[in-house]
Amino acid sequence: MFALAVVIGYYVIGKVHHALHTPLMSVINAISGIVVIGALVQIGYGSRLVTVLSFAAIQLTSVSIFGGFAVTRRMLSMFSRG
Amino acid sequence: MALALSATVVAAADSNSGGAIAAILLATAAGAAAGLWRARRVDMTQMPELIAVLHSFAGLEAVQAGWNSYLEVEAHDAQPHVPAELLRIHHAEVFIGIFIGAVTFTGSLVAFLKLSARIKSRPLMLPGKNALNLGALAAFAALTVWFTVSPRRPLMVSVTALALALGWHLAASIGGDMPVVVSMLNSYSGWAAAAAGFVLDNNLLIVTGALVGSSGAYLSYIMCKAMNRSFLSVIAGGSGIEAAPTGDEEQGRHHETRAEEAAGLLARARSVVIPPATAWPWPRHSIRSRS
Repeated sequence: MFALAVVIGYYVIGKVHHALHTPLMSVINAISGIVVIGALVQIGYGSRLVTVLSFAAIQLTSVSIFGGFAVTRRMLSMFSRG
Repeated sequence: MALALSATVVAAADSNSGGAIAAILLATAAGAAAGLWRARRVDMTQMPELIAVLHSFAGLEAVQAGWNSYLEVEAHDAQPHVPAELLRIHHAEVFIGIFIGAVTFTGSLVAFLKLSARIKSRPLMLPGKNALNLGALAAFAALTVWFTVSPRRPLMVSVTALALALGWHLAASIGGDMPVVVSMLNSYSGWAAAAAGFVLDNNLLIVTGALVGSSGAYLSYIMCKAMNRSFLSVIAGGSGIEAAPTGDEEQGRHHETRAEEAAGLLARARSVVIPPATAWPWPRHSIRSRS
């Protein structure tokens, strides 16, 4: 499955026009915030330290996700005519 | 993506206390508010550095996932999470995840500092920098093998420190190839997410992380080709210069001009081509807004 995802990633990027590379990077960055799932799964388990770290991680990755998608939307709005 | 995250929260809610759910919602709300506020107010030319600092968060999260998992699994003698035959693999996953995450973290931080002009963007050319990078990788491989055999905290601390230093060094050695570096860090944060997915046995993380990682890597390769740079030399931390410039020799002719002359030239021109200085399509927007 890992290998399949790698291949799909390659093909998805190949079709994107050069002008859209910047918003593409921005949205890829937002998606990589999905690593927050790690913290979501870990919070509440284990020691207090684990929970504290997970809490901070959820906060930071939320910044990444919400901020990343909002930034991408701003960029893409510049590409529309008028 | 919203679907994936909600599903995870619901699944976690099944086996978690109410306090943990409240903590999740609180953290998400706080982070979302900060992220949306920054995104609204940031200037377009600050995009690259914003993306860089967001990458660092993803890297940090992978490090935390690794450490958390270590604290849960390795640090306990009779732990219930991982069956004994998979324990060695878990050691390796934790170790590798922390390495990738930490490299992404410091690399992104340095990229952010350079892009926001908080530190000089001149490449840091340490003598033997390639040897340093390769040596760090070799040390990482050795430490991984050691850790798989006997997982102990000092090894965890040293790999974290090693990866943090390597990330800093890789990004500090980059000169003007910042956009490609940001794209590569994008890719690394994807691999870090995938590694965290292996650690936590979470298929969604593995697949999404791999998707992000490979698309980022391919995007970086495209950008390198477009800028006529060697991909390997950029990710190895160099800017493709074999020998340092020997002096102030002029390469080609450059024309200096002032705003009035430039305006006159533009008004009389039949067609204008403005090649951007970096890979970012900012000029396209500038031209349109001044029509």
